[in-house]
Amino acid sequence: MSVRENILKRIRDANRAANTPTAEEREIVQSRLRARARGTLPGMNWELAPRFTERCLAMLSTVDEIGSVEQAPAAIARYLDSLQLPMRAVCWPEFAQVDWAGAGIDMQARPAQGDDKVGVTGTFCAIAETGTLMLLSGEDWHATTSLLPDTHIAVVHASRILRAMEDGWDLLRKEHGGLPRQVNFVSGPSRTADIEMTLVMGAHGPFRVHVLIVSD
Amino acid sequence: MQVTSQQFKQAAVRKLADPNLQKALSGMKGRLATARARAVLELDNFEQIRSEAAQIRDHGLAHMDLYLEQWEQNATAAGTIVHWAESHEQVNRVVLEIAKKNAVRKIIKSKSMLGEETGLNDYLARGGVDVRETDLGEYIIQQAGDYPSHIIAPAVHKSKDEIADLFAEKHKRPRLNDITALTHEAREILRPHFLDADMGITGANFLIAETGSTLIVTNEGNGRMTTTMPRVHVAVAGIEKILPTLQDLSQILRLLARSATGQSVSNYLSVTTGPKRAGDKDGPEEFHVVVVDIGRSRVLGSELREALRCIRCGACMNHCPVYQNIGGHAYGWVYPGPIGSVLTPAYVGIENAIDLPNAATMCNQCGVVCPVKIPLPDLMRKLREKQVEKKLRPAGERLGLRIWAWAALHPRVYSLLTRIAARAGRLMGGRERLLHRLPPGGSGWTSGRDLPAPRGRTFREIYAARRRRTTR
Repeated sequence: MSVRENILKRIRDANRAANTPTAEEREIVQSRLRARARGTLPGMNWELAPRFTERCLAMLSTVDEIGSVEQAPAAIARYLDSLQLPMRAVCWPEFAQVDWAGAGIDMQARPAQGDDKVGVTGTFCAIAETGTLMLLSGEDWHATTSLLPDTHIAVVHASRILRAMEDGWDLLRKEHGGLPRQVNFVSGPSRTADIEMTLVMGAHGPFRVHVLIVSD
Repeated sequence: MQVTSQQFKQAAVRKLADPNLQKALSGMKGRLATARARAVLELDNFEQIRSEAAQIRDHGLAHMDLYLEQWEQNATAAGTIVHWAESHEQVNRVVLEIAKKNAVRKIIKSKSMLGEETGLNDYLARGGVDVRETDLGEYIIQQAGDYPSHIIAPAVHKSKDEIADLFAEKHKRPRLNDITALTHEAREILRPHFLDADMGITGANFLIAETGSTLIVTNEGNGRMTTTMPRVHVAVAGIEKILPTLQDLSQILRLLARSATGQSVSNYLSVTTGPKRAGDKDGPEEFHVVVVDIGRSRVLGSELREALRCIRCGACMNHCPVYQNIGGHAYGWVYPGPIGSVLTPAYVGIENAIDLPNAATMCNQCGVVCPVKIPLPDLMRKLREKQVEKKLRPAGERLGLRIWAWAALHPRVYSLLTRIAARAGRLMGGRERLLHRLPPGGSGWTSGRDLPAPRGRTFREIYAARRRRTTR
C-alpha cells in the first residue's frame, strides 16, 4: 500500500468507519461542499462605506476619497508629496491610460521589482467588516505591486465594498467561476511585534497602505 | 526536534531562576490576554461563532479522508503536486528531493510548526541547501541557534538587548539599540534573499477541500513573499488542517487573529490554489503540498481526539499561569503550554512527557479561551489517568490514589477519615490556624507557604447540620 492509502485507511479506522466510504457518507460531504452554507454572521448594524473606512483606519491604513479614477493622479500626488515620497510608481495595467504625467507622477504599468518604492493596484472588492482589500493574482493583477514597494496605494470602488469575506467568495465565484492562483486579503501595512511585543510597521511588506475610495 | 520533556521539572526550576527570561515574561504577562478580551467584544455572537467553529472542525475530522481526497482532486486539477508522508524522515526527504530536482541552492521559509516537528531546517542544511527563516521571530531564533518558545511569538523569551548583540554579531554592523531599527535591519538583510531564493517553504494554516487551496496567515508579509517570489513553493500541512469550504474558513478566521494577538484580522491572508497560471507575471512555476500524518491519525482514534481541532492561535499559553511563569522551552518540544501538554505526549509518547499533563493548575483558563473549545484540562486529566493505568506514576502515588478511591466509594469510611483529619488539622494549626508542614505526600506544597488549617468540622458535617435545620 502506498503512503497515501496507509494514511487514508488509518483515518477511516480511527473514525471507526467502514473500509470503503458508504454512499451516505459521500452524500454528507458532497452536500456540504455544494451548499457552501454560511455560519452565523456577527451583527452588522452599520453602513458599508463608513464601516470600511473606520476599519481601514483601525488597521492603520490611510483613506482618501475621490469622485472618479481620473482624480486618482492628483490625489496620489498630494499623498506622496505630503509624505515626501518619490513621484515614481508602478501600477496595474488597468491604470496605464490614466494621465499620471499631468499630476507629475512618473508611472510605469509593469510588475513591481525589489527597488520600486510605490505600487498602485486596483482591488477585486473590499470587506467592510474588517477593513480588508481582496486582491486576486492574475495576468494583469501583479501580486508584487502590493507586496514589494514600501507604499501600497489601492483603488477601491465604493460599489465594491461588501460586508464580509463570505460575500467576497460569492462575488468571486459569480464573476470568475474558480479561484486564481492566489487570493490575498490585505488589512493594513505589514507589521511585527516579535521583539519584546513592540509593534513595528514594515516587517517585510509595505510600510504604508493608502486606500483611495472612488465614490462613483 | 529532539524531545527533552522528561527534564521538565529541572528545566522549570532553571527558568524560574533565569532573570532574563523572567523579565521577558513579565513584559508579556496579561498583554495578549487583554488584547484578546477586547477583540472578542467586537463580535456580538462570539460564543455562537466559537461553537460553530468547534463543529466545523469536528465535522472535518469526522470525514477527514473524504475531504482530503476532495482537496487532493481539486488541488491536482489546479496543477498542485501533492505528496503524502507519514514519518519525519519522509517529510524531510520529500522536501529535499524537490529542492534537488530543481537545483535549488537557497530556500526562504515562512514559519512551520510541523517543520519544527520534523527538524526540516537541519535536514535541508545537511543536504547542502541554504535555508533562511523569514518570520522575524523565527529568523532571530535561527540566527541564535535556538528553539521557538511560543507558537506565534517564537522569540518572546529574548530581550531586545540580546537581539541587538546577536544582530551586531551576525550582520557585522554597528549595534542597534532600538526595536524599530532592529526590525528594519532584519528587513533589509532578508529582502535580497526573498528576491533571489529558488524555493519557498511554508506551513499551511488550513487546507480547503472545496477548492484544493492552502491558506497562509501572516502579519509580516513573509508568507506572501515566500509563496510568490521563488520559482518553487512547497507547503507542508498536517492532515488535521482540512476544512470543508471557504465559508467555513471565513467563520474560523473571525476567531484566529482575535484569539492569537487580539487583532480583528491578520494583515495578510493568502489563499493559494496551484502554481502560476498562463499569463501570470508572478508566482511559482511549481507548487507542491506535502500532506503529513505523523501521529495525527493515532490521536484521531484516541480519547485526545478533540486536540486535533486546534487552530494554533496560542491563546491557551497566553492565558496559562504555568506557561506565563516558565516560558515555552521547559516543555521540551515544539508545542508549549496547555496544548503542548496534550500534543507532546500524544505525538512523542506518553512515557516521554510524563510531567507535562501534571504541570497544570486545572484552572481551565485555557479551556475557556480556546476558540474551538478544546477541553484541555479534561484531556490532561485523561493523560494523567492513562499514566496511572500504564503504571508510569510512582508506586507510592498509585497506592495513595487506590486508597483514596476506595475511601471515596465508601461514604462512611470517608466521612470518618475526614472528620479525624479535620480535627487533627485544627489541633495542629494551633492559635495561628496555619499548618507549616504537611506530612510526606504534601510536604512539597508547604515548603514555600503555609496551609490554612481546617476549622474542625467537615463540609459534610456542616451540610448535614444545615439540612437538619431547614427541614425541621
